[in-house]
Amino acid sequence: MQFGIFTVGDLTTDPTTGQTPTEHARIKAMLTIAQKVEEVGLDVFATGEHHNPPFVPSSPTTMLGYIAAKTERIILSTATTLITTSDPVKIAEDFAMLQHVADGRVDLTLGRGNTGPVYPWFGQDIRQGIPLALENYALLRRLWREDFVDWEGQFRTPLQGFQSTPRPLDGVPPFVWHGSIRSPEIAEQAAYYGDGFFSNHIFWPASHTAKMVKYYRNRFEHYGHGTAAQAMVGLGGQVFMRKNSQDAKRDFRPYFDNAPVYGNGPSMEEFTSQTPLTVGSPQEVIDRTLGFRDYVGDYQRQLWLMDHAGLPLKTVLEQLDLLGEEVVPVLRKEFAKNRPANVPDGPTHESLVLAAAQAPAAAASVGRDDLDTSAAIAPHRRANGAAFGLAGAGTIGA
Amino acid sequence: MTERTLAVVSAGLSQPSSTRLLADKLATATVARLADEGITTTVLTYELRDYAQDIMNNMLTGFANPRLEEMIEAVTAADGLIAVTPIFTTSYSGLFKTFFDVIDNRSLTDQPVLIGATAGTPRHSLALDYALRPMFTYLHAVVVPTAVFAASEDWGTGDGGRVDSRVQTLPARIERAAGELSALVARSARSSRVQDPFELPAGFNPAGMFPPR
Repeated sequence: MQFGIFTVGDLTTDPTTGQTPTEHARIKAMLTIAQKVEEVGLDVFATGEHHNPPFVPSSPTTMLGYIAAKTERIILSTATTLITTSDPVKIAEDFAMLQHVADGRVDLTLGRGNTGPVYPWFGQDIRQGIPLALENYALLRRLWREDFVDWEGQFRTPLQGFQSTPRPLDGVPPFVWHGSIRSPEIAEQAAYYGDGFFSNHIFWPASHTAKMVKYYRNRFEHYGHGTAAQAMVGLGGQVFMRKNSQDAKRDFRPYFDNAPVYGNGPSMEEFTSQTPLTVGSPQEVIDRTLGFRDYVGDYQRQLWLMDHAGLPLKTVLEQLDLLGEEVVPVLRKEFAKNRPANVPDGPTHESLVLAAAQAPAAAASVGRDDLDTSAAIAPHRRANGAAFGLAGAGTIGA
Repeated sequence: MTERTLAVVSAGLSQPSSTRLLADKLATATVARLADEGITTTVLTYELRDYAQDIMNNMLTGFANPRLEEMIEAVTAADGLIAVTPIFTTSYSGLFKTFFDVIDNRSLTDQPVLIGATAGTPRHSLALDYALRPMFTYLHAVVVPTAVFAASEDWGTGDGGRVDSRVQTLPARIERAAGELSALVARSARSSRVQDPFELPAGFNPAGMFPPR
């Protein structure tokens, strides 16, 4: 089980002081927070990607490259990388480069983005969001897995004999999570490839997350990647802690009441009862987080949103200390209890290298001809052809 | 015994409300028509005022709280919908529109809908046809031809003894509208349909919609 934080990278006025950080200060704060993630013993730092104010992280691999140099252990990730409006060729190159720079400590979460104007700014149409996500990712996979790619699609200029460089570290592409709040198409896509599914989880009721994750798990099994319980699930979360629960509520309330996402809407009490947001003591956060397992099953990655709504850096660092000292050690121990041995841990470069080395033998031993991870191009020829009746689907990598 | 459900959404604000009164009259007339055909109708009536905070919270957060979610599911799964609003500033009330803004814009597709409105003056009657009807058309609902408008003066007109028989009275308009709605509700299988929120579009291919080459 991996624990970490994800950041939106918003520039929000601190409602208690009226101060808004400069872009420079906010970017530096994000870099400080990332290093703190390693210092307090968490496992993952993930940054958002945005191309409009008030958000600063437009260039995630630049930021993650710096963090790679300043850390030794944590996984550098995204939440999310825009698969719709970014050229999949550039994503393939940027993240393969980051993989080498960071010695493999890299994965990414793909998302569509919901800011309307970003699509036309990058020459796309938001109404094509799902088709863009599907086609761009199909190309991204091939760029990482095939040395020379001939390709033609609906959205991008065709490629003839293109080689994306550098090649992925050790021949193993970064692990990919697909993030979606409510599109079954994306859960289906994640399941089809046997990739991870990351549920934002925050801002929406848990019952909704439970249904999406269940759907993804069932489809993961349907496509032959393992049992539903072995699917790769990541969850978001959102907490604010003080040693004493009442202090937490008092200190967070002005930030809640003015937060861009839910400010001026439901009360903090309503919102905490209806969504995973937890404002209270470390013990309350532990209890609530352990409860996630009751409705999504044993999962692989828990990320929290900590630096939002104008919270100052000092407060965020205090929160990370509490996470590292009081919350995560208990969660590691408790989540390990009764966890079936065949449920995988969170993916790492090392685990993927190992799996790639074992895959051909494993596939041969069960006589599968539709799971060819040594080529890893068209992982589900049989399932795909049967389910969709598309002759072309089997020729993706042929 | 054949059974149907009829949802009634009223955006009236006062207590008692003429908007609710009109909604109830439309519902009663529709239920009577369905009873004539041997159909038992369950009527679910919702005053949007009771959900005003929930609706605005949904607008701000993007999700319905459990109470509102239950109501939205009941409304959208009904075999027919009677939607009645007061006319404010020449159009539907903001609360009425906000409710239809927060529900999924596919959730009323094919639903038989009877629209009604109330106002202090008959000069607002066209709001039904330039505001409510286009909104429900956008939502792909099936809006019956007769929309019922009740101005204050309509509540003082009877259906008998009128000198000018060319003018349809409120009770007559309600009867005609109820007849149109009940015919559609009688044929609806909407309330017994199983909804699959994870249904994928026809021809969906997780590897991309464009045939790979």
